Amino acid sequence: MSGSRTLRVTHLYPRLMNIYGDRGNIMTLRHRCEARGITFELTELSIGDAFDPQSADLIFAGGAQDREQRNVAQDLLATKADAIREAVEADVVLLAVCGAYQLFGRFYRESTGVELAGAGIFDLHTEHPGEKTKRLIGNIVVNWEGQTIVGFENHGGRTHLGPAARSLASVRSGNGNNGTDGLEGVVYRNAYGTYIHGSLLPKNPAFADHLLGLALTRRNGDAELAPIDDRAETRAHAAALSLKP
Amino acid sequence: MNPRTIAAIFAGKAAGRASRLFGRGGGTAIAGLAALRLDSAIVRDLVGQAGAGTIAITGTNGKTTTSLMMSRIATAAGLAPLHNRSGSNMMRGVAAMLVEEASLLGEIADPATRIAILEVDEATLPEIAREVHPKVIVFTNLFRDQLDRYGEVDTVARSWGTALAREQLPNAKQQGSPPTIVLNADDPAVAHLGRAYAGRTLYYGVEDTSVSVDAIDHASDFRTCLDCGAELSYTATFYGHIGHWRCATCGNARPTPDIQLTRVVLGDDSTSMEIALPAGEMRVVLPLTGLYNAYNALAAIGGALAMSLARNPTVTALEGFSAAFGRQERFAVQGRDVHVLLGKNPTGLNQVLRTVAANGGQKRILFFLNDGIADGRDISWIWDADYEIVQPLTDWVLAAGTRAEDLALRLKYAGFGDEIDAERNTATALQRALDATPVGETLHIIPTYTAMLDVRELLATQAGSSRFWEDG
Repeated sequence: MSGSRTLRVTHLYPRLMNIYGDRGNIMTLRHRCEARGITFELTELSIGDAFDPQSADLIFAGGAQDREQRNVAQDLLATKADAIREAVEADVVLLAVCGAYQLFGRFYRESTGVELAGAGIFDLHTEHPGEKTKRLIGNIVVNWEGQTIVGFENHGGRTHLGPAARSLASVRSGNGNNGTDGLEGVVYRNAYGTYIHGSLLPKNPAFADHLLGLALTRRNGDAELAPIDDRAETRAHAAALSLKP
Repeated sequence: MNPRTIAAIFAGKAAGRASRLFGRGGGTAIAGLAALRLDSAIVRDLVGQAGAGTIAITGTNGKTTTSLMMSRIATAAGLAPLHNRSGSNMMRGVAAMLVEEASLLGEIADPATRIAILEVDEATLPEIAREVHPKVIVFTNLFRDQLDRYGEVDTVARSWGTALAREQLPNAKQQGSPPTIVLNADDPAVAHLGRAYAGRTLYYGVEDTSVSVDAIDHASDFRTCLDCGAELSYTATFYGHIGHWRCATCGNARPTPDIQLTRVVLGDDSTSMEIALPAGEMRVVLPLTGLYNAYNALAAIGGALAMSLARNPTVTALEGFSAAFGRQERFAVQGRDVHVLLGKNPTGLNQVLRTVAANGGQKRILFFLNDGIADGRDISWIWDADYEIVQPLTDWVLAAGTRAEDLALRLKYAGFGDEIDAERNTATALQRALDATPVGETLHIIPTYTAMLDVRELLATQAGSSRFWEDG
């Protein structure tokens, strides 16, 4: 049974959106599949490439610099947003970190008041309070489903969830979505958005397996994930719990 | 000199002395802060006395080595450098160096023979340019480094552009022209600075594509055209986003360099370089390894040309060069040959790893990852660095530093095994690494910045060499 399992991952804009070690997330997904005999298939999509909503079990997108984020935002809306929305409605797993998290919301409001439309997958919006307001930077620990997620955040924008959105986690130390309401990230169906990088998945193996489990259940009806050697992962996670924010 | 300057110099000297008496660190930051607090114009006043002018060197990687090369060239040319050689490269570090060099009356001795060689932090460059209006500014490269401190690379690129725009304004400097800028043609973000620059530009670059690599590094920061936003294409990549680039959409392309490395041979202990200059040629055997050091030498040659220093002392100084503080430094400790190679961001680290891998044989490597302010508190960059480069050649490895556990996990992913130890104590890590290295063999230590300071101090004590602020 397990020998025939496959996970198809689509990485959006891997060259343009990879600023905070996002490659570590893909490396982790690959490692945690291959250690269990699950075939890992990776597709990379960039500017101009179309996305087929039937083609992926898990979609990943990371953070970008402002200049690249503007190029990506245009292309996302023009060539991929509708297909990604269709995939998310069909319970394909999505993980959007940092810049992508903001892009997949409803809009991003710059400090000048200009609003940039997002892909509208998550019911949230992000406001940038202007260069004079402090960026939210530092180590972060959040409570998630009775466990913890650890990492680093670095964002100027403040994200506010709408009524249809559910937060991913509550902040234990650090800032989270906006530094005020104690919430971090978003969940909608099997789509997840978060500000946490570090990289996110390598030292949060439980969260990585949660995403893999959702994707494999949907594809193969079999979510069984055999235990693997997580000593180095667990040790890095534990060490991060006591870092100063 | 006005009384304010004299008071500032007195305070700076006193603070520096007190700080050295009571501990480590050379007292550079404290002395500079004390002086700047009393006289904010002190850097301008003291640098202004340097008869041979001022050259500023900035960029993400290579500025310490390039500055030291410039300093050695100037010395060989008969000048006496005013050089912040401790690597303290913000305004306070520059001020501290000047305060130490000045007399209590605020005078720099022998001003006619002095040249100011300022290594400048990339975020401090605009402030330095505004204060001292250098004759020459050398830009080495621009990579992501410490996003938590500098913000995005684009922010740094923009601030450099704004600073240069200001230097071109008619009233920026009462006399004379805007600074000559020495630019890396192979770095699209640096080359961009010369696009519309009204002053003199000198580009340097590598023509010899035999040292190009097939794969583009994961750590590449400027992949899109700074003019039109389209993705850049490369006919040769040397490392990171450094290479022969062009934009197919708008036609913007790598400028033809004025200083061309036409042939380079990367050896085990040295690098042979054949360089075509605007007038004539130059051959240098540089006693450092790695293509990144060839780029540093090109930057220094460009700086020397722009400052009108002669060719012979340039060659002499480069051929007799020894490594800057913690950059390919070697120590003889407990009968082992210890190499310290600073690796502080993904692109710099990849170059170091390639250099280590280029010399054959099995390696013993002690990696340090610290997350101090000067290292960058965000350590996610380790996932963009290619530790895989040295994995097949390594038969002993240890992860150390304040974030040893994160580093051990990264090394696991690079194929070093599931059971890499994580050791947070610097002295213990160093002793374990020495014990694992047979007498007479080489140990490579690859630390981030603050870890380099710590481990270097331990090594210098054991090897009996001088501390850095006494060196020189």
